[in-house]
Amino acid sequence: MTSESVLYDTPGPRAKRRNRLYTALFLVALAGVLWWVFRSLADKNQLEWAKWRPFFTDAGAWNTFLLPGLRNTLKAASLAIVIALPLGALFGVARLSEHRAVRGAAGTVVEFFRAIPVLILMLFANAAYAEFTDVSPDDRPLYAVVTGLVLYNGSVLAEIVRAGIQALPAGQTDAAKAIGMRKNQVMRFVLLPQSVTAMLPAIVSQLVVIVKDTALGGALLGFSELLASVRPMSANYGANTIASFTVVTVIFVAVNFTLTTFANWLEARLRRGKRSTGAVLGADTVEELATPGEHVTHEDLGGPGDLPKR
Amino acid sequence: MFDFLEGYDLLGAFWTTVRLTVLSAVGALIWGTVLAAMRVSPVPLMRGFGTTYVNVVRNIPLTVIIVFTSLGLFQTLGVTLGARDFTTINFRLAVLGLTVYTAAFVCEALRSGINTVPVGQMEAARAIGLTFPQALGYIVLPQAFRSVVAPLANVLIALTKNTTVAAAIGVAEAAALMRVMIENEAQLILISAVFAFGFICLTLPAGLFLGWVSKKVSVKR
Repeated sequence: MTSESVLYDTPGPRAKRRNRLYTALFLVALAGVLWWVFRSLADKNQLEWAKWRPFFTDAGAWNTFLLPGLRNTLKAASLAIVIALPLGALFGVARLSEHRAVRGAAGTVVEFFRAIPVLILMLFANAAYAEFTDVSPDDRPLYAVVTGLVLYNGSVLAEIVRAGIQALPAGQTDAAKAIGMRKNQVMRFVLLPQSVTAMLPAIVSQLVVIVKDTALGGALLGFSELLASVRPMSANYGANTIASFTVVTVIFVAVNFTLTTFANWLEARLRRGKRSTGAVLGADTVEELATPGEHVTHEDLGGPGDLPKR
Repeated sequence: MFDFLEGYDLLGAFWTTVRLTVLSAVGALIWGTVLAAMRVSPVPLMRGFGTTYVNVVRNIPLTVIIVFTSLGLFQTLGVTLGARDFTTINFRLAVLGLTVYTAAFVCEALRSGINTVPVGQMEAARAIGLTFPQALGYIVLPQAFRSVVAPLANVLIALTKNTTVAAAIGVAEAAALMRVMIENEAQLILISAVFAFGFICLTLPAGLFLGWVSKKVSVKR
């Protein structure tokens, strides 16, 4: 059901009156909640202008805490996606291999890392860098966060790549084979280039997941990203915890909302486009592809492996 | 070989993970259903509230929400959720945070379920004279629930993995225990393998089982 308005008739006079009543009741409830929030904030002196002023009148809070934090968040996220993309492409293509061993090995790796919380991977990476390498303790949180994100998101991206290739019409493979291409030529010249366009919305929305997960490093690994700037700010500006959290949250939402909007715009544009095959991996498919065990079909478990199927 | 496990309550930690998952799942299902109802309701104000909630909450990192429940709600505003000792307070705060976050995803899953029911179904129901509750109860919702199993399963499994974030406010679940063990014991690889295995046991069978259920109940179109 594409438009919600199909669920109910155009309101008549009685329904209109009822809707107005519901609106009024909902407004009262909403106002009640807001009043309670306002009162509790005021009781704990969290609404004093002194606690909010550092973010509006003074560049110090931004230059010392927020912007360096945001820079680290974006640095970790972009490093993670840049490293995870080629890895994901490799494993995604390997999962479509005609050789059972390659397919099985790639499948096991992808399923393994999709099934484990990214925090477990970060904790492991952090300790592993300390024990087996001489990465300096200052750099270690960044390394650990990026490694954890790459392992997890690499496997999700592998699924995105696989689904993107499988979303292409089977005629593409047939036609490429008919003009005498080898299977790796089919993949390199026909399927991968077209699937990149189809995957773009999903990749951009996976970027939102990556940005959000960098905050784990701030809370648990001592990585000085955006969330980690809350504590020093509230220590410096007179326990303005609520104000600090509000500002940090607004920045996160602004960054991620921009990415989400961009992903939806890309998706809509690709769906409208007439020049492509029309295959698109929607922005909201990433949740499904992040689920371990999802999309395990008969073919993956050792059935005849062929290039893309519909 | 597994001597290092002695003295640690591994099962207890995973039991806390399971309790966090189940309680937050129930909470998120209730709050998410209310949100979904608002998003399809004929009242514009409720629709606006639902849409705003989902768009804002989905874009906040869960870690920010969880840390806020402790630093902001508890330590600054003194919200204790009726608990007295720190363990219980942190546990309840974590459930609250996970519920608030996951509900946005539940809402989207339910709404996508309603959207898979073809428009003609509701039109046909109205054409044969069914009232709104009848059409919803007999025609739309039974079909919507069937197609919603798979997306809800994805949300549940993501939630299971997300409970590890509760370690950030000191809830003694699996990731928190892993941190302690890595600190105190030498066998890093083995410890990590044990915890990885624990989470695979929780997520992979659930994913396979619910995937099978969703195929079984899905409406063939």
